[in-house]
Amino acid sequence: MKKCYINGVGCVSAQKTFGEGFLDEVIVNKDNNVLEISQPDYKEFIAPAAGRRMAKGVKNGIVASAMALKEAGLDQPDAIITGTGMGCVVDSEKFLKAILDNNEEFLTPTSFIQSTHNTVGGQIALGLQCKAYNFTYVNGAVSFESALIDAQLQIDEGEANAVLTGGVEEAGEATMHFLEIKGNIKSKGQTDYDVLTSTSKGSVFSEGAVFFVLSGDKQQTTYAELKDVAIYNVLDKDEVEGKLKDFLKHNNLDISDIDAVVLGYNGDVDFDGYYNELAKNTLSNIPQLYYKHLSGEFNTASAFGLWLASQVVKKQYIPSAVLINSIEKKEYKNIVLYNQYKGKDHSFTLVSKC
Amino acid sequence: MSGRVAITGMGIISSIGTSVEESFNALIHNKPGITAIENIQTIHANAIKVGEIKKTNTEMEQELGLDADNNYSRTAMLGVLAAKQAVQNAGINNINEYNTGIISATSVGGMDMTEKFFYDYFDKEESRKYIDSHDAGDSTHKIAEQLGLKGMVTTISTACSSAANAIMLGARLIKAGKLDRVIVGGTDALSKFTINGFKTLMILSDTYNTPFDNNRKGLNLGEAAAFLVLESDEVVKKQNKKVLAYLSGYGNANDAYHQTASSENGEGAYLAMEKAFKVSGLKPQDIDYINAHGTATPNNDLSEGRALIRTFGTNVPHFSSTKPFTGHTLAAAAAIEAVFSVLALQHNKVFPNLNYKTKMEEFDLVPQTVLMEKEINHVLSNSFGFGGNCSTLLFSKS
Repeated sequence: MKKCYINGVGCVSAQKTFGEGFLDEVIVNKDNNVLEISQPDYKEFIAPAAGRRMAKGVKNGIVASAMALKEAGLDQPDAIITGTGMGCVVDSEKFLKAILDNNEEFLTPTSFIQSTHNTVGGQIALGLQCKAYNFTYVNGAVSFESALIDAQLQIDEGEANAVLTGGVEEAGEATMHFLEIKGNIKSKGQTDYDVLTSTSKGSVFSEGAVFFVLSGDKQQTTYAELKDVAIYNVLDKDEVEGKLKDFLKHNNLDISDIDAVVLGYNGDVDFDGYYNELAKNTLSNIPQLYYKHLSGEFNTASAFGLWLASQVVKKQYIPSAVLINSIEKKEYKNIVLYNQYKGKDHSFTLVSKC
Repeated sequence: MSGRVAITGMGIISSIGTSVEESFNALIHNKPGITAIENIQTIHANAIKVGEIKKTNTEMEQELGLDADNNYSRTAMLGVLAAKQAVQNAGINNINEYNTGIISATSVGGMDMTEKFFYDYFDKEESRKYIDSHDAGDSTHKIAEQLGLKGMVTTISTACSSAANAIMLGARLIKAGKLDRVIVGGTDALSKFTINGFKTLMILSDTYNTPFDNNRKGLNLGEAAAFLVLESDEVVKKQNKKVLAYLSGYGNANDAYHQTASSENGEGAYLAMEKAFKVSGLKPQDIDYINAHGTATPNNDLSEGRALIRTFGTNVPHFSSTKPFTGHTLAAAAAIEAVFSVLALQHNKVFPNLNYKTKMEEFDLVPQTVLMEKEINHVLSNSFGFGGNCSTLLFSKS
């Protein structure tokens, strides 16, 4: 297997995750069930006329990908691979409402054109005039990890040397409302939004875009090596530890080689037990990190998790805002991430210092 | 990275049949499945024709033995029907015996239910079960659940090339040794959402679609699902399995021209075909039949035709679009056309491009319009989608 390095990152999220600093000023939510993102200066990246037609997901995707490319010093990627569980929700809602409200009359195509799941990947390609391989994965909480697996495969096959890959999710008004009445999003006005102490079902949602430049070549801007990614559609709680051990063994590692774990705790009392399986047992003696209290939950929130792990490996410290326990290590060499959503779409991702 | 990728099973449901055999019979007996729309209430009912599967959701729920409180979208049900056939056809009894994955494709996922219940969700609790079946991955999860598959499950959505990309990823995962076996394909149900979307783009024909005809008026939408079982050489040998055909090449490129329209010179399509040839080691002259994307929109057929001329020069092999049979089944199109490509190899037949009358004025390309028998060793299949997404698959005789 060829090596695969993370050479550039771009993150648009509910926190200030661009520019200088590493989560030293964070906004800890107490009052909202859907977090607003910290908006970048779109004008820096997108011409205002073009930006007006774009939904926020497309804009955030373009901004995050531009940041990652810039940091990696890359003009043209050899592949663009996007993950998005729900796709372009805002334009989909807009077009659907127009159909229903006007009984299929007086429709214009713009929102339909921009409603397809691969709009972000397509628009990034169009902006870069990039004719390379272009895929979009749409499988719930492993949409981003599917993109990572493909990106790593592209590099390993020698089909691509530098791949732009990321996850993007957009919060649409109706969709957020439906997810709330379904109980996937905690209700407005609840008082237990704190991720680690919550005793209710559902989670606090948000949106965002996180992109990475992965490359077969190490360079000065390299954050970490992306070692491996694995996904599983369903797992029972008692299978998680065994699967993690198999995953590490496949990478010639053992539990004792892991210096920190990034867990996808989201405050859903019904499903956070999956993370406890690792946090309270096998991985109880190493630094444990969480992030969805900062990013909110969404199908590609785990891309924020990888952004976090990459930063920790590069900067060799863990910001206090993401620590679950108070254990620290002298060196962060191997970090493993575990995520799942409602007991489905489990993923392990392994990054290492290089 | 080595070894061939064998196709050992196929399953399909579309407007021309609910099995591989029915589909083949329709293709060789000129029996298209384009009709008036029945299952969806739309004001465009008299202005469009569609490739609709004449089964109601209730009928499919019964066929699948689903509980009354199930939340299967039509997309998921079609997908389950086709995937089960494919697994059975491949003679798989224990789905988790080998490291098996499923890669599906869909454009709208559970939109068929969302558009029905969008306003009901606000006040009718019984409809809310469908909220969780909206996202594209839900249909794939349901297929995996019905097959009892535990492992790598993912979904691709790149508009009308989606299933080609699912098949491509499956093949690459097998070649890389990441999976031993993978079920690949796509599923898409007709929805008001897509009907109105294509209607606003003014690319829906009011009559039967006529690919590569100078007077073509646009496409007929269709619904379908199809899946292939891909297995590594090693697994095939171990089980002494019958191979239906090999997936010998694949390529994906982006046209980077326009969000919905294809470039005039078919750049993306040309690049996709070029990559597929490179992967397979085959040359353009090795191709005996092309199953074209051929949607019958003015833009696609011109762009694809130019790409074919760029790739094959003056010796474009026999080609046809089978969309006059099935309509354009969007994310499932490349999967059903993969099944047709394998059938072409197995039976040495070029399927006819129905409804063609007049040669396009821009070039001399004439599709094969009647069923033709010839030795077929290699088939090329194209699929292109919004977002500039262009994909080519190559199939070879076993």
